[in-house]
Amino acid sequence: MPVTSPLTRRGALAAGFGSVLLPAGLSAQAPAAKPSELKIGITTFLSGPASVFGVPGRNAAEMLAEEINREGGIGGVPIRLFFVDEGPGIDHLVGEFRRLVQNEKVDVMLASISSGSCLACTPLAEELRKVTLLWDCGTQRIFEEGSYKYAFRSQANSTPEMMAPLLYLLKHKPDFRSLAVVNQDYAWGRDSWELWKAAMDVLKPGVRVVAELFPRFGATDFSAEVTRLLALRPDVVLSTSWGGDLDTFIRQSAERRLFERSTFVLPLAESSLERVGRLLPPGHIVGSRGDHWHQHPRPADPAALQRFVANYRRRFNAYPIYPTYHMAQAFSALRAAYAKATAANGGNWPSDVQLAGAFPGLEFDSPTARLRIREDGQALEPQLIGTTAQDDRFPFPIMDRMVVFPPETIMPPVGQKSLDWIRTLTADAVSRVPDPVRPAG
Amino acid sequence: MGEWFEQNGALLGLALLDGIASAALIFMVAVGLNLVFGVLRVLNVAHGSFFAIGGYMAASIGLLMTAVGLPPWASFAALLLAAVVTGAILGPLIERFLLRRVYAEESVLQLLVTFALFMILEDLQKIVWGVQPVSFGGPVALMGTVDVPFAGDVIPYNAYQVILLPVVALLTLGGLAWFLRRTLAGRVIVAVTLDREAATAMGIDAGRVFLLTFTFGAVLAALGGALSAPTASLVPGVGASTIVLSFAVVATAGLGQIEGAALTALMIGIGRSVAVTFEPELEVVVPYLIMVAVLLLRPQGLFGVPETRRI
Amino acid sequence: MRGLRRAEILIALLLAAAIVLAAFSTPWLRFVLTVALAKGVAVLGILLLLRAGQVSFGHALYVALGAYAVAFLAPRVPEAALLLPLAAVVAGLVGTVVGLFVSRYREIFFGMLNLALSMVFYSVLEKLYHITRGTDGIRVPAITVLGQPLEGSSYDWAVFAMALGLALLFGLLARAYLASPVGQALAAIKTRETRLDFMGVSPRRVLLSAYVLSAVMAGCAGAVIAMATRHVTPLLAYWTASGELVFIAVLGGAGGVLGPFLGAATFELVRVYAAATVADAWGMILGAVLLLVILFARGGLWGIVAARLGRRRAA
Repeated sequence: MPVTSPLTRRGALAAGFGSVLLPAGLSAQAPAAKPSELKIGITTFLSGPASVFGVPGRNAAEMLAEEINREGGIGGVPIRLFFVDEGPGIDHLVGEFRRLVQNEKVDVMLASISSGSCLACTPLAEELRKVTLLWDCGTQRIFEEGSYKYAFRSQANSTPEMMAPLLYLLKHKPDFRSLAVVNQDYAWGRDSWELWKAAMDVLKPGVRVVAELFPRFGATDFSAEVTRLLALRPDVVLSTSWGGDLDTFIRQSAERRLFERSTFVLPLAESSLERVGRLLPPGHIVGSRGDHWHQHPRPADPAALQRFVANYRRRFNAYPIYPTYHMAQAFSALRAAYAKATAANGGNWPSDVQLAGAFPGLEFDSPTARLRIREDGQALEPQLIGTTAQDDRFPFPIMDRMVVFPPETIMPPVGQKSLDWIRTLTADAVSRVPDPVRPAG
Repeated sequence: MGEWFEQNGALLGLALLDGIASAALIFMVAVGLNLVFGVLRVLNVAHGSFFAIGGYMAASIGLLMTAVGLPPWASFAALLLAAVVTGAILGPLIERFLLRRVYAEESVLQLLVTFALFMILEDLQKIVWGVQPVSFGGPVALMGTVDVPFAGDVIPYNAYQVILLPVVALLTLGGLAWFLRRTLAGRVIVAVTLDREAATAMGIDAGRVFLLTFTFGAVLAALGGALSAPTASLVPGVGASTIVLSFAVVATAGLGQIEGAALTALMIGIGRSVAVTFEPELEVVVPYLIMVAVLLLRPQGLFGVPETRRI
Repeated sequence: MRGLRRAEILIALLLAAAIVLAAFSTPWLRFVLTVALAKGVAVLGILLLLRAGQVSFGHALYVALGAYAVAFLAPRVPEAALLLPLAAVVAGLVGTVVGLFVSRYREIFFGMLNLALSMVFYSVLEKLYHITRGTDGIRVPAITVLGQPLEGSSYDWAVFAMALGLALLFGLLARAYLASPVGQALAAIKTRETRLDFMGVSPRRVLLSAYVLSAVMAGCAGAVIAMATRHVTPLLAYWTASGELVFIAVLGGAGGVLGPFLGAATFELVRVYAAATVADAWGMILGAVLLLVILFARGGLWGIVAARLGRRRAA
């Protein structure tokens, strides 16, 4: 069963234009009869530098849709995917979002990698009353500054994603005294540094920040930055960069022996490990925006993780990276929500409102853990942080001394803003950091 | 001032080294664009795509060479080969079948032909090489590092970046200057740059000059990409950011001025690395600030000659 | 020629009617057409400069200025009828200051200076993260239209109407401007600028007037885009966005004021179609369309229309 067929999509689009000549009256809400197919719109980066994440995300979606359809679909309804490129900008994205909802009549939207895209899509989801799962974007502002009936996030946000590596560093290398940051010059680079700095000032006041460098997003040379860091010799170098930027930064740091002088904290490096390979030496701290790792020490369902990794590798000839796990989480949440909403509706297919009602408190499985969506729409997702190590079975570094942080301990409770919550932290937070998990077997 | 130098002189020295290395790459990319603009009067947006494709090609050829077991030094040949292959295929194709058809048109149409081409090539390279970052570190590893003493310590630099790239850039600059001023073919190109009508009136085959220059420009762009493949990762969109920087260099340098391109590249490269050292937030806008400042003082660019006003 | 000018008005009205009909029958098209009309207005400004033979590769600067003006002022002045002129004033003021500087330059220097300034603005939007929220962008809060608090589709209709109104207004204005002596002088900048000097006309001032007008148009376009998308990001000022405007100008054809709107509608619809067909290669399709237009229909879409009309009249 083909997941997407360009021809039929073009047909549907043509039908949309055809309606130009026909009388109106198409905008009525679809009745809650069981549809012949479940249409899912997915916005992701298919062009530009962020397609490093966007394309693996789409790959995972296509793979999962095929698997789900082989098993008969969601609630017996086969699913069909529609992809939208975030690359061209907000006006294109908003137009496509509207087209998918109003013309293609998609049942659910999975929105966005970029936080800017998510901030634009969530109010739109609310206005169009269409269930929208934020599947990958990081900004914590969405559910802290607004409340939504139709928008939910099936993964963590920037706050736990920065708290986990900081706590890990404080626990495992508590005696550092100076730090430099090299983040990409865009919202995530700035946001993540703000969170880290606020928390570090509370948990370990007096750390000297010797350089705050924000090279251009998409920079292809970090020589001047590396020189600066070599001269300054900070104990710790933090970088939340990703993609080609991070690859280049790691490569140039390795070639010029910066890794020997400073301990690196790279919260997104899991997505670069396979590409940079042995260039990244042992002993540096890496994370994966969640507990995503093909060698996860203690997955909830080891067989499920193995299957996911093996299928993805067979099909795309690469290890899955975090956006693919995020996509799997979104699909899993969707499945669970339909099951829950259908059950609550006496076995009948749920309406948009009923589906939306199923998300608060929803529990679902990721490839590695069991997650829950809170009342404010934000999911609780564990964070896995480890230290790079060599393993002869892999041509790239793997994670050692892995700590899995329970989500409740590293993010503010419902209703509290991240920066306010961070100010309430005490040294206790460090002592509560769990011990590393030994790989089982 | 003297005191400041005492404290920061060494840092400034380091920044100069970085600046020179990055200027070498900027020059390699921009000089081709400037040459093409000088002769054809077409601002080639697809130049950025040539850069990207040259880089991808270098990585592919280099990895292939490593895979079949060629000796490590062959990786340098891979860079050169990638540039020549990319430029020699794309250049003539595009000049013959696209640009040649619009020379008689307004300059905006010529510019947009290359803009359209840029959009097409951007997607094409995505189809061929995918979206995951691609790089080829062979040559850098091969050349190792040189240690520069600093504050009782050493700062390791990549020999590839601080020695090879500047040498290649200097050779290119010298070679170009020699070619344009001392050889017949070069003088023909200069003649066309200065006055196309007069040159053709004297029997110069402008079509051939255009073809050769455009191809040569494409090879230079691809060489820039190939030379950056060992230090940078190639990702979708790298062409777009390269071309906008090259534009700034061309406008600052003056039309068709290769020495101007060299000096501008040097100012931008050093300006950026000095900014990273002392005022990091300024780094991104350095090229544009330099351009605006230069054009305020010299409206025709650094080395540009005011065109005679036609009546 | 006069017949064509009269036909132009007729076609404009027909086109407007068709757009309203399309927006009426297909809700999502209403949004796409709103953006297309707004971009058409911005491209109209590019067209004025093209008359003088000058290509600005930085007019996204003014689109972004207008959009950010709306985003920043909306919390204090939540009224579309005030925000629109305010955005126009902001863009016009910056356009005057920049115009005084860039109107001294021609061709590549003119184009690249504009590009440089828009890229500086883009960087500033990213750098001033605490004010602009960087690439996250700013959400435009709910605003009233002529004192009416509107929601959902009635708000969309209001913004659509605003875009259409602006398109008609600026279309007529641009027509009158191009027909005026100053507008005629623009064409002289393109051919033989020195002649203007001999006639005692300052080419700089002529170009400056077109530049400021184009900045105001782009600012209004940005304001409408901000009100329609309700979210603004720095990407609005990136150089590729400027390239897009020039792209649309040539696609539509620089011969008449309808060109920009034909071009903008075609551009947006082709992109939607292309994106729906091959989501990851829409750039290739758009590029190919542009190449075909340049190679086989040099007058752009309006050129095709005008040629048809001319032939019919001749027959």
